Amino acid sequence: MKLKTLLVSMMASVTLVAGAAQAAELSIVSGDTGNGLAFLRSQLDRFEAETGHTVTVVPMPSSTTDQFGQYRLWLAAGNTDIDVYQTDVIWAPQLADQFLDLTEAAADVVDQHFPSIIESQTVDGKLVALPAFTDAPALYYRKDLLEKYGKEVPTTWSELEATAKEIMDAERAAGNSEMWGFVFQGNAYEGLTCDALEWVVSNGGGQIVEPDGTISINNEQAAAAIDRAAGWVGTIAPEGVLGYMEEESRGVWQLGNAVFHRNWPYAYSLGNGDDSAVKGLFDVAPLPMGDGEGARSAATLGGWNVAVSKYSQDPEAAIELAKFLASADVQKERALSQSNLPTIEALYDDADIAAAQPIIPNWKEIFQNAVPRPSAPTKTDYNEVSSLFWSAVHDTLSGNGSAAENLEILEADLQDLKGDAW
Amino acid sequence: MATDAMAPITSASTPKIKSELLQQRVRAARWFLVPMLIALAIVAGWPLMRSIWFSFTDATLNDLYGAEWVGFGNYLRWQVLESGTVRYRGVLADPDWWNAVWNTVRFAFWSVLWETVLGMIVALVLNAEFRGRGIVRAAILIPWAIPTIVSARMWGWMLNDQFGIINDLGMKLGLLAAPVAWTASADTAMTAVLIVDIWKTTPFMALLILAGLQMIPKDIYEAAEIDGVHPVKQFFKITLPLVRPALMVAIIFRVLDALRIFDLIYVLTPNSRSTKTMSVLAQENLFQFNNFAEGSTQSTLLFLLIAIFTILYIWLGKVNFEGGDR
Repeated sequence: MKLKTLLVSMMASVTLVAGAAQAAELSIVSGDTGNGLAFLRSQLDRFEAETGHTVTVVPMPSSTTDQFGQYRLWLAAGNTDIDVYQTDVIWAPQLADQFLDLTEAAADVVDQHFPSIIESQTVDGKLVALPAFTDAPALYYRKDLLEKYGKEVPTTWSELEATAKEIMDAERAAGNSEMWGFVFQGNAYEGLTCDALEWVVSNGGGQIVEPDGTISINNEQAAAAIDRAAGWVGTIAPEGVLGYMEEESRGVWQLGNAVFHRNWPYAYSLGNGDDSAVKGLFDVAPLPMGDGEGARSAATLGGWNVAVSKYSQDPEAAIELAKFLASADVQKERALSQSNLPTIEALYDDADIAAAQPIIPNWKEIFQNAVPRPSAPTKTDYNEVSSLFWSAVHDTLSGNGSAAENLEILEADLQDLKGDAW
Repeated sequence: MATDAMAPITSASTPKIKSELLQQRVRAARWFLVPMLIALAIVAGWPLMRSIWFSFTDATLNDLYGAEWVGFGNYLRWQVLESGTVRYRGVLADPDWWNAVWNTVRFAFWSVLWETVLGMIVALVLNAEFRGRGIVRAAILIPWAIPTIVSARMWGWMLNDQFGIINDLGMKLGLLAAPVAWTASADTAMTAVLIVDIWKTTPFMALLILAGLQMIPKDIYEAAEIDGVHPVKQFFKITLPLVRPALMVAIIFRVLDALRIFDLIYVLTPNSRSTKTMSVLAQENLFQFNNFAEGSTQSTLLFLLIAIFTILYIWLGKVNFEGGDR
């Protein structure tokens, strides 16, 4: 009798364990800035309520370079602690081997997304990650200041320079000694690659490495674009811009101390937050263009995706979470509260989004000017290419050699790195 | 317990006839050491060997186990071009590597020098008797107790050009004409890193030196006092020679620490060429770039450099790690 009870209770506990296995415990990493973490948590709470799984968020540093190093290390070590990774648009070719193929799992939703974005996350026919939102930076400008001084929104870099200088000098003369003309991301990191790629492309200077793999960066128009940017440091932009990442530049901007600001869409809703000194005083426009041949407005394509680690112990639940975070539902919430751009085309015509974030339909224009970083042609060498590029640009901005000199060395270094083929 | 048992054996005056009891103690002591040796072999020996092995292969992080042997190619290799020019490649021919070596050496020299001088001054002050000495001694350790990542972030904000308190103070006191972008500008980046490191590690130096100072018997100073020796002369003739063994050990700890500096620079000025040290460069190649083998080579070279330095230092400085003989 006693043995029987024991057996029965053992059976019962086995069933309990099996039941518990369906409600998985997942972990997701996030390097979100601003109030992004709080937003992610709110969405995960919904996911938990719907599915019964529990999800832990592992916060990461905001620098994408730091995140990448950590993820690569974890993945190489076959870390089973993290199930779902949030990945930058440029990482797909470098981490493709370590993520699960989502082609089948996402077959029903893949058509809703912009084809170019799905393509950027597909490596050798394998869908490495699902897009969560896309990103393209814009020029933020203070409409109150432009109005006060009777200025137009600049469409070329030289107009921006002139307007920024004039307003900055006038505001300083009026007692606002902390005022600057233009802030951007000048620290030596991936963000500078984005900023500088825009300067170069907008001046008709090519895309560093062209889609077919040719190294095109050493040309006069690229050099002119970077030299022009070097001229901003210490004149219309503070010297410290050489150490700024997104959040530092947003700090200066949001305190009301800059006329122009280059940043990603997330800064829009934060800038209109209640604690912002520039609430309701600013608007966005496409980034200015240069004056060389083939000049056009350019915005570096960013964006974040969700990928499932192939070392996840519960891949089904992890894929479920990835699909949830990429779903139209969450993307809409994201657009409403974070001003992140959806990757689902239909959401650009959504009435709620148009009402709450009127800029998002406008962003379609900026998005059409988007330029990808050369991560596809340079494959696993992309990070080193980017680092060489940002170092050359950072050197030029710090007055350490002219753009022409630095780009010539950069070309030779890239050639060495490339060898016979990328 | 283990060290107690060892003491009689190391001493030269032990009688030649070893008692049964003594031999038993030695055996016991060896057994006590075994767990530590095993732990060291696992957490230090194995990774070290593996890094060295990777430095002779073409390993990448995407394919660690398929790495193939390439000999010394990662260290130095050359090809003769058709024109007859020899082209050198590999870490030893890489200007970035030598720049990092120079940065590391520069950093180690200046930081240890300042920390030793300031640490000595602080230790002398703390060695004097005054009210509330206990509290001051505890308080001075705070910078050392804060994790480097935290203090580096904290200083990062304090040194910020727009919101930083350092620039604000400097401007208000009239020391600075315009805000300085400490960590961003190539001229001041190393100074900024040095300031933070000296702030953080001086307490450690002070503590080790203070321990040495407290071993000096008071009666020597009393005798010097009676003979009318000037305090400055007292310092150089009595304090310095007597505190030397402790000081040498403190310096070597600091130099070893400074040569492998990583966290502070990684947080404060991660990508600045003017502060990139050997460890930072190795980390970049290991994890950021697709150059795991090259990063391993750099780590191995850093290990060799530190090992050679330590051996030279102990040999030339006749550092006595066992204490006792002064």
